[in-house]
Amino acid sequence: MRFQLSEDQRALKMGVRRLLERRFPREALRAAVDAPGRIDRELWRALGEAGFFALTLPEAEGGVGLGRPEAVLAFEEAGRALLPGPLVATHLAAGAVPGAAAGETVVAAVGGALVEWLDAADVVRGDTSGAVPLRSVDPLTPLHRVPRPAAADPLAVLLTAAEQLGGAVRLSELAVQHARTRQQFGRPIGAFQAVQHLCADLLVRAETARAAVYAAAVTGDPGDIAAARLLADEAAVRGARDCLQVHGGMGFTWEADVHLHLKRAWVRAQRNGSVTDSEELLAAGLVS
Amino acid sequence: MDLCDTPEEAEFRARLREWLHEVLPGLPPKPDPADWPGRRAYDLGWQRTLYDAGYADVHRNASPALRMIFLEESEKAGAPYVGANFVGLLHAGPTIAAEGTDAQRARWLPPILRGEEVWCQGFSEPDAGSDLAALRTRARRDGDDYVVTGGKIWTSHAEVADWCELLVRTDPDAPRHHGITWLAMPMDAEGVTVRPLRTLAGSAEFAEVFLDEVRVPAANRVGAENDGWRVTMVTLSFERGTAFVGEVVACRRTLRQLACGARENGRWDDPALRRRLGRLDAEFRALWRLTQWNVSAAMAGGGVPGVGGSVFKLRYSAARQELYDTAADVLGPDALDLDRPWVLDRLSSLSYTIAAGTSQIQRNIVAERMLGLPKGR
Repeated sequence: MRFQLSEDQRALKMGVRRLLERRFPREALRAAVDAPGRIDRELWRALGEAGFFALTLPEAEGGVGLGRPEAVLAFEEAGRALLPGPLVATHLAAGAVPGAAAGETVVAAVGGALVEWLDAADVVRGDTSGAVPLRSVDPLTPLHRVPRPAAADPLAVLLTAAEQLGGAVRLSELAVQHARTRQQFGRPIGAFQAVQHLCADLLVRAETARAAVYAAAVTGDPGDIAAARLLADEAAVRGARDCLQVHGGMGFTWEADVHLHLKRAWVRAQRNGSVTDSEELLAAGLVS
Repeated sequence: MDLCDTPEEAEFRARLREWLHEVLPGLPPKPDPADWPGRRAYDLGWQRTLYDAGYADVHRNASPALRMIFLEESEKAGAPYVGANFVGLLHAGPTIAAEGTDAQRARWLPPILRGEEVWCQGFSEPDAGSDLAALRTRARRDGDDYVVTGGKIWTSHAEVADWCELLVRTDPDAPRHHGITWLAMPMDAEGVTVRPLRTLAGSAEFAEVFLDEVRVPAANRVGAENDGWRVTMVTLSFERGTAFVGEVVACRRTLRQLACGARENGRWDDPALRRRLGRLDAEFRALWRLTQWNVSAAMAGGGVPGVGGSVFKLRYSAARQELYDTAADVLGPDALDLDRPWVLDRLSSLSYTIAAGTSQIQRNIVAERMLGLPKGR
C-alpha cells in the first residue's frame, strides 16, 4: 500500500494548477462574474489541448490514457480555481461526442434534476424536455430544472466530489491567509483561538475529504464514491461558510471571492441528486 | 497511489491471519474488566504468545504499514488488544530504545517484549492535563537517588504496573519545558500509593498515584537531567499514527451491527435514522482511508507520523461519539439499560474528545503547527 501521490501524479496536478493560474487568473474569474452565461471558448480549447477532457480516454481513441485518480486530481484543481463551465459533462462525453475531447464541443448533461449551461452548450445529453430556467444563485453557473431527473453517473459524482475537494482546500487557504494578515485588537486575528479553531476545522474537513475522494478514485467502488461525495460536499459547503465567517464583514461582500465558492459548492452539492441518495446508498450497503 | 498490499505486506498479512486463526481458539476466556490482576495476567499472556511467535516487536520495529496490518487483522480476528502492555510497548519501550543506555535497554526492553513487566505512564497531573509542561511533581537529587514528591492522575494500569515512566520537575527555576526529567520508577517503591479513580462509566479505569519522598535511583534516569521534555517528545509523536487502527475496524463492525439491529426492531423504517447511519458509514470509510493516507505519509517521511495524527484524532473522537449516540437512537429506552450492548461504549466514548489532548488542544496544534497561524491566546 502506497497511498500517496506518485511523482507523475504530483506533476500532473501541479501542471493543471499552473495552466489554470495562467489561463484563468483571478481577473478572468471576476470578468466571468461580470459577463455571466458565456463560455470562454478559447480557454475551453486550451483545456482540450492540455488533455483535460481526454485524460481517461484510451490512447487508441486519441486520449491521454490515464486513470480515474489522474482525472480526480485534474478536477480537484479545476474546483480550486473555481473554473466555470460544464466540465464534468464534457469530460464524460469525450470519446462519445465528437469534439468534446479536444475542447471544440461544449457538452452539457442532465444531472439529477438540473442542467448546467443548457443554453451555452453545443450538445446536451439527457432528457431536457420541459426544462425551466432558474435565476441561478451562482453567477457563474446558469441552471435549468428538468421535470424528469436523471440517475447519477458514479463517475460524475466522483469528479464533482473532486471539484468540491479542490474548493475546500482553496477555502482553507483563503481563511488562513486572511487570519494571518488581518489585524484586530492589535494582533493578527489568527492568534485568537476562536479563529484558529475555525481554520483547523476547515483543514480537518478538507483533509478527511481528500482521503475519501482519492480512495474512491482508486477503488471506483460505488460506496466509496458515495462516501467521498458526502465528505467533499461537507468540506466545501461548511468550509465556505467558515471561511466567510473568518473574513467577517468583508466575507459578506460581492467583492470577496468567498461567496462564489459557497454558491458553487451549493450547485455541485445538487448536481447529481441530493446527498440523501448517497446516504441511503451507504445505509443499504450496511445491511446487505 | 494505490491501496493494495505490496508482496511483503501481503505475505505478512497471510501469515499473520493464518497464525491468528490457529492460536486464538486456545486462548483463555477474557477476564472481567474489573479484575485487574486477571487483566494483567491475560494481557501479559497474550504478549508472551506474540513473543514466542515472533510478533512481539511489531509495534516498535515493523514499518507503519505492517503495524497497521497487524492491528487490522488482529481486530478482525478478535484477538486481544495490547491492553496493559500499551505503555511498555508503545511508549516507555520506544523511549528507552531511542534514548536509553545499553544497560537500560538490556534491563527493561526484554521483559516488556516477553510479557513479564507492565508499565504505566506518570505524565498527567491534576493541575497539568492538557498543559503537560505545567507538571509540578518535584525530584531533588540526594546522593545516588532522586527523591520524588507529588502526584499523578489518569494513570491507566497503575494498580498492576511494575514500572512507571515518570516525568518530574528537577529544576523549578528553569523555563517550563526545560527543568523536566524522565525517570523509570518502580511501582513497589516505598512512598508510592495508588488510589483507583472511578469514571463516569462506573469502572475504575484509571488511578491517582501519590508520591511521598519516593527514592528512585539516578541510574533510572533516561536521557540527561532536565532534558525529559525532549525525551518525551521523541515518543509522543508515535502515539497517534496507528493507535486507533483496531478501533476504526471495530467501529465499522459496530455500525453494521447497529444497522442490522435497527432493521430488526423497526427503527430502520425511519429515513432520518437511515441517513445518519449512511453518513456514519461515509465517516468511518473516510477515517479508514485517512489512516492509510497517514501511514503511507509516515513511511514516505521516514517513519515518524506527523501532525496528521491530530487531524485524524479530532475527526475520529467526534465520529465515535456520534456512532454511539446513534446507537442510543436505535436502542430507544433500552439505551438507558447498562446491561444492553453499546451503552457502556457510549459512556466510555465521552472520554475520546478529552484523552491524549482535548479536541481544543488538537485544533490549536493543527492551527499553529500545520497552518502556521500565530501562537494562540
